[in-house]
Amino acid sequence: MDKRDFLKDAILFIPAAGLLKTLAGSTEAEASTSEGSGHAGGEGNGAWYGMGIEVEKCIGCNRCVEACKAENDVPNEPYYFRTWIERYTVHSNGETTVECISTNAEPQPEVDDRDILRTFFVPKLCNQCANPPCVQVCPVGATFQTADGVVLVDKTRCIGCRYCIQACPYGARYLDPRSRTADKCTFCYHRITNDQLPACVEVCPTQARIFGDLHSRASRLVRFQRMNKISVLKPDLNTEPKVRYAQLDGEVR
Amino acid sequence: MLAALLGLILVLRFVVLPADLFSAKPHQVAATERERAKQASYAGVSVCKQCHTDEFETKSAGYHRNVACETCHGPALGHAEAPKSAKPPAPRDRKFCPVCHGYDPSRPTGFPQINQANHNPMKPCITCHDPHDPVPPETPQECSACHGQIASTKALSSHALLACTTCHEAEEEHKIQPRSSRPSKPDSREFCGQCHSSEHGVSRAPKVDMNQHGDTFLCWQCHYPHLPEGN
Repeated sequence: MDKRDFLKDAILFIPAAGLLKTLAGSTEAEASTSEGSGHAGGEGNGAWYGMGIEVEKCIGCNRCVEACKAENDVPNEPYYFRTWIERYTVHSNGETTVECISTNAEPQPEVDDRDILRTFFVPKLCNQCANPPCVQVCPVGATFQTADGVVLVDKTRCIGCRYCIQACPYGARYLDPRSRTADKCTFCYHRITNDQLPACVEVCPTQARIFGDLHSRASRLVRFQRMNKISVLKPDLNTEPKVRYAQLDGEVR
Repeated sequence: MLAALLGLILVLRFVVLPADLFSAKPHQVAATERERAKQASYAGVSVCKQCHTDEFETKSAGYHRNVACETCHGPALGHAEAPKSAKPPAPRDRKFCPVCHGYDPSRPTGFPQINQANHNPMKPCITCHDPHDPVPPETPQECSACHGQIASTKALSSHALLACTTCHEAEEEHKIQPRSSRPSKPDSREFCGQCHSSEHGVSRAPKVDMNQHGDTFLCWQCHYPHLPEGN
């Protein structure tokens, strides 16, 4: 075959391949609509899960951190967390210090109360972004968003490259040292799909965490969003977090 | 020849082989199912109250009404499934309650906090307080029982010797229903002027000319009375 013939054939192939792909695509679409959902990760019930956090109610007792570790088999070492609590201290000179109080680390040197302008706790966890950077960067498609908006990690596909850990702007992921795969908060997916609350919400003694369906017209979370001034962390990154904070201090990053 | 080969490849790829082979969806469905199938360890309040009705009713009438059973007793689904063999722990020593109720400056104002060093040292909390209905054994005499942050700030300030009641009037009801009966705050400039006015103030207090200084504002809108400036 000479070059001329090859090019002729190639010109025929391009539309032929396109036609076949459209055909294949339409059959696939039919298959998925008959399954009930076009979204990845199985059938959804139309829910779009989110969490509300009332910063002013957090007393920094770490019950959520311990419940999360017990419920989700998170390694016990004090630097693996699916959720953790930070102490923000704004000093009189305008400086802000942040300290993770879940690590059992040596407490920071006692500050004179006179030098503290304000201080408070902020619970942190995976923000279950609607537009998750960790899903975009995964080279093997091991992390994905389910139909109800929860970002999950497929431990059988994860190759432990840590790309997602780097990509997460909230530091919400860690590498599980036992399986050498990425791990993160799942909103206790096994609980919420079973009509239970996530473990951290269940045990919070001051109801600082509220869990619910953002699409529902009647959920505690929607009421919470209506009654409070809501902020999200790092809104400029366009990740559209589904963890919504009420009365969040401007210093929180 | 080449055309036939390429055609065969394309037909194989798009028609013969199932689309699922190239789609991430089956993997994601499988992973989602695995995630759903995980075993929970927290049962939830609605399960606990089925048997422990009395404790639940006592608790729902008291200040701990929003605290789940498993917040203190730990994960108890194992106990719910086999009540005889697995018993959840009940913390009885002095270490546990201060996890929430020990004084910490970052805790919200008004959250009941104690100073462990001088609040009945060595005594387990449950000798005086019933954790299912945690009313103080006697109505707190001192405001610092709840307002620890303000008390410790004020102790460092030049207002250390002033009692809370010098400036705030709290009804007795405030000690029982703290949020429905709020204490008062000074509502006039003349109140602070009783000590700080240059015309008829107390001798040691710093003086200002009330007619020149601060015009329409109340004193505490600029000066924090629990930690006034100047030592």
